[in-house]
Amino acid sequence: MKKIHNNRAWWLVLPVFLLVAFSALIPLMTVVNYSVQDIFGPGQTFFVGTEWFKGVLGDERLQDSLIRQFMFSGAVLLIQIPFGIGVALMMPKSGIKGSLCLILIAIPLLIPWNVVGTIWQVFARGDIGLFGWGLNELGFDYNYTGNTVDAWLTVLLMDVWHWTPLVALLCYSGLRAIPEAFYQAAEIDRASKWAVFRYIQLPRLKSVLIIAVLLRFMDSFMIYTEPFVLTGGGPGSSTTFLSQTLTTMAIKQFDLGRASAFSLIYFLIVLVISWLFFTAITQDDKEQ
Amino acid sequence: MKQSRSKNVGITLFIAFVLTPVYWLLNMSFKTNQEILGGLTLFPKTFTLDNYAVIFSDPSWYNGYLNSMTYVAMNVVITLLVALPAAYAFSRYKFLGDKHLFFWLLSNRMAPPAVFLMPFFQLYSSIGLFDTHIAVALAHCLFTVPLAVWILEGFMKGVPREYDEMAFIDGYSFPRFFIKVFLPMIRSGIGVTAFFTFMFSWVELLLARTLTSVDAQPIGAIMTRTIGASGIDWGVLSAAGALTIIPGILVIWFVRNHVAKGFALGRV
Repeated sequence: MKKIHNNRAWWLVLPVFLLVAFSALIPLMTVVNYSVQDIFGPGQTFFVGTEWFKGVLGDERLQDSLIRQFMFSGAVLLIQIPFGIGVALMMPKSGIKGSLCLILIAIPLLIPWNVVGTIWQVFARGDIGLFGWGLNELGFDYNYTGNTVDAWLTVLLMDVWHWTPLVALLCYSGLRAIPEAFYQAAEIDRASKWAVFRYIQLPRLKSVLIIAVLLRFMDSFMIYTEPFVLTGGGPGSSTTFLSQTLTTMAIKQFDLGRASAFSLIYFLIVLVISWLFFTAITQDDKEQ
Repeated sequence: MKQSRSKNVGITLFIAFVLTPVYWLLNMSFKTNQEILGGLTLFPKTFTLDNYAVIFSDPSWYNGYLNSMTYVAMNVVITLLVALPAAYAFSRYKFLGDKHLFFWLLSNRMAPPAVFLMPFFQLYSSIGLFDTHIAVALAHCLFTVPLAVWILEGFMKGVPREYDEMAFIDGYSFPRFFIKVFLPMIRSGIGVTAFFTFMFSWVELLLARTLTSVDAQPIGAIMTRTIGASGIDWGVLSAAGALTIIPGILVIWFVRNHVAKGFALGRV
């Protein structure tokens, strides 16, 4: 559809602009302000320039947590996207069974994040949780509070449980949009199941998948509540991701200058990567 | 394509995977603490509703649910009110800086809430909104509004502009056209948007907890008090957790047809 050029459309966008500017620009300016100052108390602030930024970039604790964060987000995308497509392909097409599947699968998405953490904290415990107890009974030496590998696997499994449904729901709706005639044509051509998936379903899922990847990347990159409740970032700091490192710095240690500089770098990383995804989307729109 | 047997088995397995942790939570919520700590039982031996009674008899408990629902409802209303006209503008017109504005909006969806914790706290304290429902609702707009604009814009692009022009020729004013003609056409889109807005506001805790202390405290924050000096009250914790799932299930039940049908029409 060709759009008309009309600058009066700004009046329609203005409420959104003001609302988001209020919630985004003012806090962002506060963060910028802190990041170049050293604050000892009210009225006792000193301009320190790029001091905090240099400190943050050289901080090993932060570098470690950044690497962990990338590993986690990468693993999340690699597991959840193919798994979600698979689930969407298996879901019944319509009828009461379809609706029922939809509702049951969506349940994890609608549980508050701290409750998700609590559910898995209980579920994975060796003494009172079905999962942890079951693994121990089967002879595995499983303990997510003591063992780094177990903690990682538990956090990953929790995230797969929590967010694969979102990927599945998006793909399911994408699949519903494919006209039946496409499948009939494929049947006449005696296309194999793989060919149907590769040449009919997957291309049609492209735009939905980009959204799924974008949402999953953004949310996994800012994950905080679930691992905080489940493992508290431990054992040691093996499951401490960026948001938790930042929150500890800002609230527990009250290291405002450092935390603000860190915030800005953090935000910048997300922004750059998301911009790459966003260009991919607009490119996709143009091709259509 | 027919639903084959292997597909049925696969989807059943996945649903079992989704439901098992939830089953375990429900199972624990009907047990006494002695039974929970005494050993593993697949079903409550002594079935009890005491854990739920604790929550429903204490205002400081059940107010948490009311607080959460209040700010989520406010957030959904505000989000839809501002996002609908904006999405219409993005889907119909080119204007100065439209692409930049759109990306800027989306960039707020990407901002980690942890980044904004301290500034938000100061901002809302300084304008006297700390510990009110509206503060949390406004703060959540930061990530619900961009998403809503994005989803709605996709749906609106699917409605041909000829409808708009015809309505104007018939003498409809813009507001009347928008409410009477246009909105009913994108009902499904509004349903899906409301669902996503509800979802992301209902599950968020970090901002909600930081911006409240007593009067508007969300249930998620109240739950932490089951962790006392004498250990964790697992039964009550499970019951409180189980109750947080119910509003979500109600919402998805209402929009289930929109989700199945409507998703596909729009961008999401």
